[in-house]
Amino acid sequence: SDGIILGADTRSTNDTTVADKNCFKIHYIAPNIYCCGAGTAADTEKTTELIASQMELLRMNTGNAQSRVVTACTLLKRMLFRYQGHVSAALVLGGCDVHGPHLYQIYPHGSTGKLPYTTMGSGSLAAMAAFESSESGYKDDLEEEEALELVKRAVLAGVWNDLGSGSNVDTCIIRRDGTVVMGRNTVTPNEVGPLRAKVKRSDVLNMRVGTTAVLKESFARNKSSAIGGVTLADVTVTPMET
Amino acid sequence: LKDDAKKSPVRTSQNAPTPFQILYFKYATAISTIPSSTSILTTALILTMSLSLQPGGSSTRAPPTGTLSAPGNAVTTRPITTGTSVLGIKYRDGVMLAADTLCSYGSLAKYKNARRLLPVNSRTLIGGSGEYSDLQAIDDLLRRNALEDRCTADSLYEEENDAEDCAKEVWSYLRAVMYNRRSKMNPLWNDIVVAGFRQNDDGSTSEEPFLGIVDKIGTAYEDDILATGFGGYIALPLMREKYRPDMEEGEARALLEDSLRILFYRDCRALNRVQIAKVTRDGGVLVSDPYELDTYWDFKGFVTNKGEMGTDGGW
Repeated sequence: SDGIILGADTRSTNDTTVADKNCFKIHYIAPNIYCCGAGTAADTEKTTELIASQMELLRMNTGNAQSRVVTACTLLKRMLFRYQGHVSAALVLGGCDVHGPHLYQIYPHGSTGKLPYTTMGSGSLAAMAAFESSESGYKDDLEEEEALELVKRAVLAGVWNDLGSGSNVDTCIIRRDGTVVMGRNTVTPNEVGPLRAKVKRSDVLNMRVGTTAVLKESFARNKSSAIGGVTLADVTVTPMET
Repeated sequence: LKDDAKKSPVRTSQNAPTPFQILYFKYATAISTIPSSTSILTTALILTMSLSLQPGGSSTRAPPTGTLSAPGNAVTTRPITTGTSVLGIKYRDGVMLAADTLCSYGSLAKYKNARRLLPVNSRTLIGGSGEYSDLQAIDDLLRRNALEDRCTADSLYEEENDAEDCAKEVWSYLRAVMYNRRSKMNPLWNDIVVAGFRQNDDGSTSEEPFLGIVDKIGTAYEDDILATGFGGYIALPLMREKYRPDMEEGEARALLEDSLRILFYRDCRALNRVQIAKVTRDGGVLVSDPYELDTYWDFKGFVTNKGEMGTDGGW
C-alpha cells in the first residue's frame, strides 16, 4: 500500500555453469527508482547504468525534481525497441514518485506492462505461482511486512524449483516517502560455509611463520629511491608566466 | 497433366508436399479423369481438414527396415488434439489427481468437457496429458487388461481376490508400452500419471499409496507430488511448498484447486472447468463430475485505466 518491494535471486549462469554465486541483480536508476534485471547480465547492467546516468542529467536539468518511474520506463523501452530485441534485457522496474508507487515490466523487444505484481526470468513461472495463490498470494493494499514475506517466498520458489536461479535472495523496499531499504542477502538458505569448514585440507596451505628455518639475515638500504638518480628535493619550482 | 494426375498426392518423402501442391494435383485429377462428384467433395474435404493445421502433419517417414510395410506408414510426429497439465498429490487417505476438462485443437478450445482422469479398475486411476486419441487408446488397452484379469480370476468377487492390477503394476506395464513405442519411433504422445496403491511382496495390494508418472519416451518416475506439462513449472513449486505427508482430504483438494486456478490464469491452453479424482483405501476410485472454479480479476492494478490523464501516463 505504501511502496514497492523488489526481489531477486543471486545466481548468474554461463550456460549450465554458475558464473557468480552471489551477484547483485537490483540496479540503481534513481534515489527512488530501482530495477531488477533478467536476461544477459552485461545487457541489464549497462542498460540500467545508461538510463540511470540519463536520469541524473535530467534531474540536473530540471532543478533537482524527483525522477518519475514512467520516465525511466520510457527511456528504457525506447532504447530496447531501437535494438529490436538484440539487447536481451528483461527488466522489472519499480519506484515511488509524486504520483505514488509504480511497477513496470519491460521486455527485451521494448514492450511494457504496468502491473500490481510481475515476475521475469527463468524462475518467473515459479515466482508467479507464489503471487497468484489465492490464500497466501497477492492482495490489494498489503502491509510492508506481508509484502516482503510474499516477495521472499516468490524468489525462493524460483531458487528451489528453477535451475537457472539459486543461492540467496536480495530485496529492495522503496517507500512512498522516498526511503529505500536495500536488503542485500536478505535470505541466505544456501550457506556453504559450515560445509566447507568440515573439509580437512592439507597443512601445506596454512604455514605458520617460522616453518622455514632462517639461516642468515642481511639488510641493505636502497640509496636512490628515485628514477634516474633524481629525487623531489632536486626539483626547483618556477611559477608560470600568465 | 495426365502424368501428374497418376501420382499419388501423398509421397513417401521427408517433407510433406506443400498445401498448394496437393490442391493442384487433386484438381488436376478431377479435370482429367472426371470422377463422380461425391469423391471430389470427400477428397476436397479431407484435404482441407488436414490443411487447416500447419504443415508438417503425420510424416510418412520410411519405416525401419525389417518391419511389415503397410500402405501409408504414418508415425506420430506432433500432437493434434491435446490436454494440458495433470496434477497428482498423495495425502493421508490415499492419492488425489486433478485435471481440467479441456482438449485443445492447437489454439482452439475444441472439447470443453473431455475426461482426462480415467479409472482403470476399482483401485487404480490414470490421468493423461498430451494427445487425447493416444490417451483413449491407452485407456482401452488398460480396461481390456482389467477385464481379462477379472474374467480369468479365481473368484468373481472383487473383495476376495487380488487379480486386479495395482497402480504400481499399471505404471510398470505402461512404462514398457511407452518405451516400446518410442523405440519404434512412433510414440504415444502422452504423459500419464498413475495413482493408487503399492504392491506387497506377496503380490497383494498394500496400504501404502502410490503415485507415478510415465512420459512419452518411457521415463518412469514416482514421487509424492507430480505434475505434467505446464503444471511442472507453475503448480509444482506451489505444491512442493505446501505439501505435508499427512494432509487431510480437504487441504489436498484446496491445494489442487488453487494450482488449477493459477494454471487457468497463466497457461494459455487451460480451462477453469476441472475434475478431481481420488483413490482411497476404503472407498476405491472416485472421479468427480466437472465443475467451474471461481477466478478473481478485480485487483486495482488490473482495473484502473492506464495511460489516462489522471495517472502517470505509463502503460
